Amino acid sequence: MISSVQTSWAALVGNPNSGKTAIFNLLTGLNHKVSNYPGVTVEKKTGLARFAAGDQFNILDLPGTYSLTPESMDERIVTEQVLNWIHGHEPPDVIISVVDATNLSRNLYLTSQLADLGIPIVVALNMMDMVKQDLNINYEKLANDLDVAAIIPMSATEKWGQSELLESVKKSMNSNVVENPFPIFLNDDISNALKPLEEMLKTQFSYNNRLAKAQALRLITRKSTVEIYTEMSANGMIVDAAFKKSLQEKRVAAVDILENIGIKHRIMEATLRYEWLDSVLATGNINIESNLKEYNYSEKLDKLLTHKWVGPAIFVTILYFIFQSIFTWATVPMDWINSGVAWIGNQVLNLMSAGMLRDLLVEGIIAGVGSILIFLPQILILMFFMTLLEDTGYMARVAFMMDSFMKMIGLHGRSVLPLMSGYACAIPGIMSTRTIDSWKERLITILVLPLMSCSARLPVYTLMIGAFIPATHVFGFFNLQGLILVIMYFLGTVTAFVLAKVFSLFIKVEGKSSFVMELPPYRIPLWTSVFSQVLNRGKLFVVNAGKIILSISIVLWFLASYPKVDETNGNENPIRTSYAGKIGQAIEPIIKPLGFDWKLGIGLITSFAAREVLVSTMATIYNIESNLDNIVQLKDAMKSDKNPETGKPLYTPLVAISLMVFFVFAAQCMATFAIVRNETNSWKWPLFMIIYMNGLAFGASFIVYQGGLLLGYG
Amino acid sequence: MRELPVTLFELKDGEIATVHSFKGDMELQSRLVEMGILPGISIRRIKTAPMNGPIELKVRDYHVSLRQNDARNILIK
Repeated sequence: MISSVQTSWAALVGNPNSGKTAIFNLLTGLNHKVSNYPGVTVEKKTGLARFAAGDQFNILDLPGTYSLTPESMDERIVTEQVLNWIHGHEPPDVIISVVDATNLSRNLYLTSQLADLGIPIVVALNMMDMVKQDLNINYEKLANDLDVAAIIPMSATEKWGQSELLESVKKSMNSNVVENPFPIFLNDDISNALKPLEEMLKTQFSYNNRLAKAQALRLITRKSTVEIYTEMSANGMIVDAAFKKSLQEKRVAAVDILENIGIKHRIMEATLRYEWLDSVLATGNINIESNLKEYNYSEKLDKLLTHKWVGPAIFVTILYFIFQSIFTWATVPMDWINSGVAWIGNQVLNLMSAGMLRDLLVEGIIAGVGSILIFLPQILILMFFMTLLEDTGYMARVAFMMDSFMKMIGLHGRSVLPLMSGYACAIPGIMSTRTIDSWKERLITILVLPLMSCSARLPVYTLMIGAFIPATHVFGFFNLQGLILVIMYFLGTVTAFVLAKVFSLFIKVEGKSSFVMELPPYRIPLWTSVFSQVLNRGKLFVVNAGKIILSISIVLWFLASYPKVDETNGNENPIRTSYAGKIGQAIEPIIKPLGFDWKLGIGLITSFAAREVLVSTMATIYNIESNLDNIVQLKDAMKSDKNPETGKPLYTPLVAISLMVFFVFAAQCMATFAIVRNETNSWKWPLFMIIYMNGLAFGASFIVYQGGLLLGYG
Repeated sequence: MRELPVTLFELKDGEIATVHSFKGDMELQSRLVEMGILPGISIRRIKTAPMNGPIELKVRDYHVSLRQNDARNILIK
């Protein structure tokens, strides 16, 4: 993305929900995540934007934050970046400070903090389309008062104002910032208390007066700022032990002085800054006076959507609707893909002469990859709903409604979004736990998150349900297949809740928890953004899963095809004597109590790379077994497979349920545990997860299968 | 006549009050003041979440939620 020529670049900084990502998409044309949920932008995203003249510049989209003194992990990323910049490590040529015009004073708080840094600032006054009254802003005067280069009114949703923004960005890139005095009045007591810290920062890092004052204030506000300074060596900065010690001491001394004169250090900067900011807005006669009594449309909608009883009922209904629709809507495109794959396989069979290459193509690659493509419609539908819930602002309401329950089981209202993302994939879910500021609740959320049935399990559930569960109706209108699917999701979710409670009782790590969360106004999502997010995630699934599945399909095809047996010796199953067959049979004694034979055994082994591989593995096995008369439908092949000793069907509904239950619990996706290692910074937690999940899987499957046999099923 | 509420916790849904101060060494106060919830600002308590969960407030121009336990530490007038 970054070209070898030194390109100039701009950083996008703003509050959560200020429409930062929408502006990023508008300027770069790259479509990334736009969301209403506070703090969902956790990845570092860069893009390339173009000025009217055609020259390009880079844009970095930073996570949303309310201030430069960090509280959560996300905000810490912003503070660290800012500290790097002011210490000369690739500072942006301009900061685009994104401000929500409907929420002026709180958004400008961050802008005013940024103005202390000595980097040119252009304010993108976004969401002007949502402003109901004339704000009466004299943009030039306000820009002057706030010490920023320009304030540009715009709307990312209605796509206007971007050319003015770009023009202003270009102009500011080539300008120098004049150092003005620190704008906020500090009385003598406060000035004297801050002095030693200021002087130290000036000598150590050659800060100017304004920056030194601003950073000293931030050091006083939160200990976390001190940590970022003392851990700076990690960012290529050299600070010695003496500096660290002295910084801590000077902070404690300043805090003591302030507390003695009755000033609370934690709220000092914000109090002074808001006083100043509110007076700037007041003297400019800017209409920000919010009417607390006014009920806006969001509040009216919330009368129902977050109502004591109706709210949770609506939430459960939405969830049930999503899972039912996964089954009913997806069947048509799934049939298309199914016949398409079969058609391609048969075309290759007809066109190519028999030989090893044809076998590999048809039995290995087409059968393997095709068996996964079938599940794409379901995955896209699931992702579509998740994105919709997020982008409308409903997810924040879910967190609000669920906090009480989540707290009871040792989690946090903010655990709801990661857990629900877990229905799509555990990896983005685990990454989005960064918005939970208490480490204990965050850790427990990560530990139980892989129990949420992800989209990679969906192919396994669908195959087993489609093949072995009849499509009858129960109680009149529940489709039995859909019901079983919901039960599988339910099983994983309930277990996650129970274990969260258990873990919260046994895991002793410190962590204070709070639930200060913005409830953004409901918004009609940008459809282009929703669809591009869904397509991006779908593409990611196909590419990532495709790579693993392609290579495993090829390896598996070799293992399952060799050594070749004499085909005239017709009664011998060729897979059974292959390498893969031997491996499967070796583990058969261990999995037999669960109802699984050696063929499923091969599938279980390969599914440790990724769960959906089970399906492609079975497809490859059955296609080799069929001796290539036709590409076989996996569902039918499994249904008609007979136990060679008894002549009875090899797989029964009981085996299918046992296998699904195994997949609900088992720790199989290795990528998940690599992410957990990153997020928890040790192998201890991923190992713990692998052990507890697989223990649970084996135990639950054993009970289901043996219990079922005792009751006479199977 | 009922006694005037002294903390945000005691404020009823729908009522408006002005923040007076924070109790003691409440760590959360840094976050609250950064979001513009500071002494002198008016707030309306909107509702309580299901299952006696967090409360929703309107302050400045936005809506924010807060746990009831934290609301006990915010004195109002």
